[in-house]
Amino acid sequence: MGDDIIVEVKDLKVHFETKKSLATDLFHKDKKPLKAVDGVSFQIRKGEILSLVGESGSGKTTTGKAILQLVKPTGGQVFFHGEEIKSRDKYYMKGFRQKAQMIFQDPYQSVNPRNVVLDIVAEPLDVNGLVKTEEERNERVKIALEQAGMIPAEEFYYRYPYELSGGQRQRVVIASSMIMEPDFIIADEPVSMLDASIRTGILRLMMDLRDRKQLAYLFITHDLSLAWLISDRIAIMYLGKIMEIGEADEIIHRGVHPYTKALTEIMPTPGVNNRGKKRNVLPGETPNPTERINGCKFFSRCYRAQEICKNENPDLCEVSPNHFVACHFAREL
Amino acid sequence: MHKGTIAKKLFYAFVTIMIVLVFNYILFRVLPGDPLAMMMRNPKATPEMIEGIKHFYGLDQPWHIQFFTYFKNMFAGDFGTSFVFKAPVIQVVAGRILPTVLLVGLAEIIAILVGIVIGVLAAWKRGTRLDVGTLGFSLITYSVPTFWLGMIMIVIFCVGLHLFPTSGMFTPGKSFISTGAMLHDLVKHMVLPVLTMSLVLIGEYALTMRNTLIDVLSEDYITTARAKGFRERYVLTKHALPNAMLPMITIIAINFGFIVAGAIQVETIFSWPGLGRLMYEALSARDYPLLQGIFLLVTVCVIVANVLADITYAYIDPRVKN
Repeated sequence: MGDDIIVEVKDLKVHFETKKSLATDLFHKDKKPLKAVDGVSFQIRKGEILSLVGESGSGKTTTGKAILQLVKPTGGQVFFHGEEIKSRDKYYMKGFRQKAQMIFQDPYQSVNPRNVVLDIVAEPLDVNGLVKTEEERNERVKIALEQAGMIPAEEFYYRYPYELSGGQRQRVVIASSMIMEPDFIIADEPVSMLDASIRTGILRLMMDLRDRKQLAYLFITHDLSLAWLISDRIAIMYLGKIMEIGEADEIIHRGVHPYTKALTEIMPTPGVNNRGKKRNVLPGETPNPTERINGCKFFSRCYRAQEICKNENPDLCEVSPNHFVACHFAREL
Repeated sequence: MHKGTIAKKLFYAFVTIMIVLVFNYILFRVLPGDPLAMMMRNPKATPEMIEGIKHFYGLDQPWHIQFFTYFKNMFAGDFGTSFVFKAPVIQVVAGRILPTVLLVGLAEIIAILVGIVIGVLAAWKRGTRLDVGTLGFSLITYSVPTFWLGMIMIVIFCVGLHLFPTSGMFTPGKSFISTGAMLHDLVKHMVLPVLTMSLVLIGEYALTMRNTLIDVLSEDYITTARAKGFRERYVLTKHALPNAMLPMITIIAINFGFIVAGAIQVETIFSWPGLGRLMYEALSARDYPLLQGIFLLVTVCVIVANVLADITYAYIDPRVKN
């Protein structure tokens, strides 16, 4: 099992410096770092989909970008195929960037509006000098587009992004990621900007590619039900920390952490009898991420909060096989 | 671009010019100040003389007749006679075009090139000392009043260092033995006005370039390009710059339209014999025909520049093409 781990993240941290005002800047008053990601660890195996679920500002996207070194990590390590990513080694990065791809949320913004589909998809080939002839280039683009469900591919070659629908654009984005034959894809809310009718198609495409190519996915989403539907494992993130991580079904049905419970509680459930059911909505707001929290990040909103939660940060502990929870009362809940 | 679209654009341009013509006519007549009083400074002028002059310029006709005569003559290529220069407007204006185009055109080209380079560097190295420095420079030159900068230039380079002449295009009364000597004299006279003018313009170009490029650099497709491992220089030249150039084209086009309008302030300070100074002179003398002529020229230039910008857009932005 150890061999097929594609990505391993160990204690990843991303802190941003915040600028309060010119005055604090001038007098070097204590600068509060914004801890977007504050010690995150997980592994993704070959052919596995791990969902990173959390509300806005919980650091999901930053985690994704930090793994790909698009944001400089403040601390921690990222291993790719068992080897630590050497962000300073240009030659290594060139290979890494081909094998690890990212798909963004908004397909309207993630493609250059001035290029036609053919060039968008073929660009990675051109830049890396991977094709010699025009025919070879067209052939690779054709395969990639057809894999992404753009059939017949030739019909889309000379279209500009504005001539495509949102779903088609996202397929073009996927095709241009797939053309490099990556092992690992970070998908940052890839369907949240799409109509419900198109979502299924895109999700099915991504899962189909996973099955055929044994890709590893990090699927970033705020939609817990979606994560449950598509992923093998789910990690729940709150204020830059993982609160709970485990098999998808386990998290949804036997979630332990009070935050996970609050999230599963408000998941829409089918059935007429549920209509009158009272749901426990989480009180309060997410604290400002620049605030220094010594104890548990969830302390301010937790119904189980005790003195220990305020002062001591709970580590992830295994409550059942492969199910980890960061809570002082993990075993009692 | 479609032929029909171009024709449509030209038609709209024509309509705009017509409306501006009417507006020009009315504007100068509602301005306070009587042209006759300006012309007839002589207190001994008899009523007959005044009547004669009035008749000569057609000022004794009712306003609507004057208006139609103005339009009719204009289409016949007659823009009237300047009150001050006592010569056809077309001649007076034509003599001033070259100096202005020379001065402002050169200043614009320098400002555009330098501005774009500064803006791109600042955006690319955002937050560094280079960015802060050029940003400060741009903001200062952008906000400094033109006339003040001009006077400071004169104080430093003419009065203090005796490097350049203070005014005019050529040294008055000087005859040149060769074209080379003439050019040398011209260049010496041009340095300060061109420098002043470009300094004032650089700020605008640099700031716009920096802002649009920073906007574009934060787009997802730039992050996507970086995530695909494309080199930073490639991302900048192939993805960021082509998209950031669009707003620049607009400003450049609009500013080029104003080239003929010249730089009233710079031309006045350096006594540059261009259109800007001519406009200032015509305005102080209430020289209606001359003002109308200059305004017509400026209007046509601005509108033509805009039409050209529209057409250029179609060539560089695929979204407009269809």
